[in-house]
Formats: sequence, C-alpha cells, structure tokens
Amino acid sequence: MKPNQSEKSGSTELASRVGGEIVAQDVSKSYEVDGERRLVIHGCSLTVERGKLTVMIGPSGCGKSTLIRLLAGFEKPSGGAVLVNGKEARSPNGDCLVVFQETALFDWMTARDNVFFGPRVRGTFDKAMLYKANALLAYVGLEQFQEKYPPQLSGGMQRRAELARAMINDPDVMVLDEPFRGLDAMTKKLMQEYYARIFDETRRTTLFITTDIDEAIFLADRILIMSNMPMRVRASIDVTLPRPRRLIDVFESDAGNTIKMQALTILHDEAMKSFSQGSAAATDFMNAYSSRVSRTQPGGN
Amino acid sequence: MTIVTNRTFLSEKAGRAITAIVVSLVLWEIGSRSRTWLGVAIPGISAAPPPSAVVIAFLGVVFEISYWYSWYLSSLRVFGGFLIAMLLGIPLGIMLAMNRTFNGIVFPVFEVLRPIPPLAWVPLAIIFWPTQGLSIGFVTFLGAFFTIVINVLDGARSIDGRFYSAAQSMGASRWQVFRRVILPATIPSISVGAVVGMGITWEVVVAAEMISGSGSSMGRAGGGLGFFIWSSYLGGSYEQIIVGMISIGVAGYLCSSGIRMLSEASTPWLKRR
Repeated sequence: MKPNQSEKSGSTELASRVGGEIVAQDVSKSYEVDGERRLVIHGCSLTVERGKLTVMIGPSGCGKSTLIRLLAGFEKPSGGAVLVNGKEARSPNGDCLVVFQETALFDWMTARDNVFFGPRVRGTFDKAMLYKANALLAYVGLEQFQEKYPPQLSGGMQRRAELARAMINDPDVMVLDEPFRGLDAMTKKLMQEYYARIFDETRRTTLFITTDIDEAIFLADRILIMSNMPMRVRASIDVTLPRPRRLIDVFESDAGNTIKMQALTILHDEAMKSFSQGSAAATDFMNAYSSRVSRTQPGGN
Repeated sequence: MTIVTNRTFLSEKAGRAITAIVVSLVLWEIGSRSRTWLGVAIPGISAAPPPSAVVIAFLGVVFEISYWYSWYLSSLRVFGGFLIAMLLGIPLGIMLAMNRTFNGIVFPVFEVLRPIPPLAWVPLAIIFWPTQGLSIGFVTFLGAFFTIVINVLDGARSIDGRFYSAAQSMGASRWQVFRRVILPATIPSISVGAVVGMGITWEVVVAAEMISGSGSSMGRAGGGLGFFIWSSYLGGSYEQIIVGMISIGVAGYLCSSGIRMLSEASTPWLKRR
C-alpha cells in the first residue's frame, strides 16, 4: 500500500482535516434599499454536512451571494443564527473560507505569493508551510507558472491558483461561489472533473454554489435548490451516485437523469415565478430548462 | 521572426522621427531667414532666431556654470516639490478613500482649494516663505499635490471589494490589508498621478521663476531655467530663449521617462507575458 501511495503523498497530506459543518437556523436577512426594507433571505435553514459536497443552486440574483456573506461571517443575519462548528460565524476565522466568483486573486502578487498569502498574514509561514505550498502548487499543476502574475495566467489556471490559495489555509469548510463561472465550456468541464478529483482526495466539507444543473449533479452529495427572493431552501435532493464520477457516466445513467428532471421541474417553477415578476435572470433558467429537456428526453438527439 | 519584424518596425519608426525632426528644422531655418533668402518675411517665424543661431548660442552657454546652475535650481524645486507632494498626497488620497469621516471633513476643503491654479498662489507663497526658492518649491508642490491626491483617491476607491473579503477571510489584519492589498492595488493610479504631476511641476516651476525673478547672487542665470528664459528675453538674446525652452523640454522628458521606468518596474503584473 505504501509504495503506491508515495506518488499521492502530497495530496494525502493536504487532506489533513476533514473539517467542520455549517448549520443555518431559520436565517433571515433584509436590507434597506432606497428607504424600503427588502427581505433577501427569509426562514432559511440548511446544513452543510461534514465531509460532504453540498451544492446550492438557484436562479441568479436570488440571494445566494448574500447567504455566503452570512455563512462566512462577513455580515450578521437579521434573524436566526449561522453556526460554524457549533460556534457563531465570525470573520476572520480559519473555519470557513470563501473562493469568490470569477477570481479574487491579487493581481500584484505572483501565483506563488497568492498561495503564501494566508500563512503569511497569520504569521504561520515556516518551512513546513513552504513545503506544503510547493506541494499544493504542484498539485494544481502550477509548478511551472508560480512566478507568473494572475493576469498572465489562463482562466483555468487562475481558478486552480485560487483553489490552492484557499486550500493552504486548511479551512474546516470551503465555500466556492460559482468558481467556474466565466470559463469557456471546455475549460469548465475540465475544471469540474479536476475539482471533483480534488474533492474526492481531500473530502473537505464544501458548499459549492452554481447556476449550472449539470455541474451540480456531477459534483454534489446533496443539492439544495433555493427559492426566489426572499430566499430559502425550496428542496433538498440527495445525489447518491457513486464516487469518483465521470461526467459521461453521470449523464448516461438513469439515476443521473432522474435527479436532473426532478431538479429542473422545481427550478422551472422558481424561474417561472421570478419570470412573472419580471426578473431578467429567470430567462436564463427558462432557456436552460427547455434545452435540457429536449436533450434528456428518451430517444431525443 | 517576430524579433526581426519588430526591429524593422523600430528602425522604420526611428527613421520617420528623424526625418520629421530634420524637415521641421530645415523649414524653421528657411522661415526665420525668409526675409533675406526669399525676399518676403513670413509673419511670426521670421522674427524667431534660426536653429543654427540657437546651436551657436547653446555652445556659448553650455560651458557656463550659470546655465547648469539654472538646471540645478529648477530641478531642485521640481524634485523637492514633487517628492513632498508624493509623500503627503499618497497617504492623504488613501485616507480620503478609506475613512468616511475623514473624507467628510477634509474633502470639501480639498475640493475648494483644488481648482485654484498653482500660479495664483505665487504672491501668497512669496509672503509665506522666507526664501524665494522655498516659495517656488511650494508652488510646484501644489501643482503636483492635487493631481496626485485625486488619482490615488480614485484608484484606492475602485479596488474590488472581493479583494478585501478575500484578504479578511484569510486572516489579514487591517494593517496587512492596507500594506498588501490597498497599497499595491493603488500603485498603478499612483504612477498615473506621478506622471501627470511631474508634467505640471515643470510647467509651474518655469512660470513661477519668471514671475518671481532672480534672487540669487549668480546673476542673470541664477533664478532657474524659467528665469533664464525671462532674462534672455529682457536682455534681447532671442537665441538663448530658445535654448532655455529646449532645455525645459529635455528636462521634462527625462523626468517623465524616469517616472515611467520606475512605475513599470513597480508594476510587473501589468506587463504582457
């Protein structure tokens, strides 16, 4: 067992913590907009389970990003509670780390310095950390590119650098906010498979936010479908497909397609609601829905 | 292949530039000698000394220590004013961007003072400061200061909020956010402010020196390049006026290139791969 493992030793070390869990209890959040009180989240309860990949999906603009700010402790809920490992969410804490939409890599630091950032600012940068940083950079395939600045990296490389920058901090929970948004279709597929492998190897508690149903089913242990604003959990679907998965297996299998139809029906309802309320974002979902249905119908090409 | 194309392009560019300069010098020479050469005086340019005479005038002053002392004095005022403007302007710009209370108190005052042209400060500066050099330095400082502050303020304000959240969630303290996020993210706008500010200081120093005149024991050329031009005018040495003008052009160009090089060196991430 040992000799075969040696090649993967970097990654097993990276899986040092399986991590914690996030529980949101009856959370609500409202903002004052132009003198009017706007309820963004209402009565939202959810659990991001230990060692599981929970995917949150919902119409764009439904309040997901606000919820993330609450879960990561950047903001306080107006009502209810957010507990990370049983403690109230507070920022900064090493418990919950967010990887933001598109990229928040620091342009003025090389890929390597970006990865070093967390340990450096916390004063925990030592030889062991350097070793770990190098292992991580190699793990995400950026060994040759560590001296490059983010604008000089391709979209896929930026996302991988971003993952490495979060992983080095060993957070109990990682929140990935639409991390592959804005990538071209091919790179996105590659990053999904790549990320699935990272998750299977590290099994770190993760909340993954997306608007892409295929991405959700491919990655998730559990899918949370969110309702429109005010947002709450509309449905929860367990995805019991065996891991590791391959994109092709998931969408050739009956189980995969059943989940997809189930999820799309609920999403369609939500999209319909926001569409009738005049939300532009809903159109995306209507389009996505119709194209998926025709593709997934039996006998259809 | 690319390099060869590039080189051809560069030499082509240099060739064009040299041709353009030579042609304009020839036209200038013809223009200023038009009365004798063409029999008709071309208005304006025929009153200007020809470039050949300017070269002779330059050879006349280039070995004079007073000419170089003018350079020294103007540069001293420009760099002194500019450096102080940077040292005060960068932190002020960042504080205006970061602290709402501070902004609420200071910005209105700043905005009232900003539209006052630096040269309008000359008389007051002379009253304020004990020596003439200090008053001129103060006016050049004002020229660069407002531009630098506004650029830094805009730059620091437009930093993406995700950078703060990311830094904060990885455990960065307020000071570290400032040092590792705000400051480096503002460098590009600092550079823009510095390049523009440096241009303004040269404009301002020359005008201020003309207004305030020489207060130096070095005589005619002891008041900086601006006074060098003005006293050449008063003394009727029109060739030297042109020498002074070109000197300022060269000085401004050298300073701007210097700052561009510095800013490129301090923003390696903006370079193409």
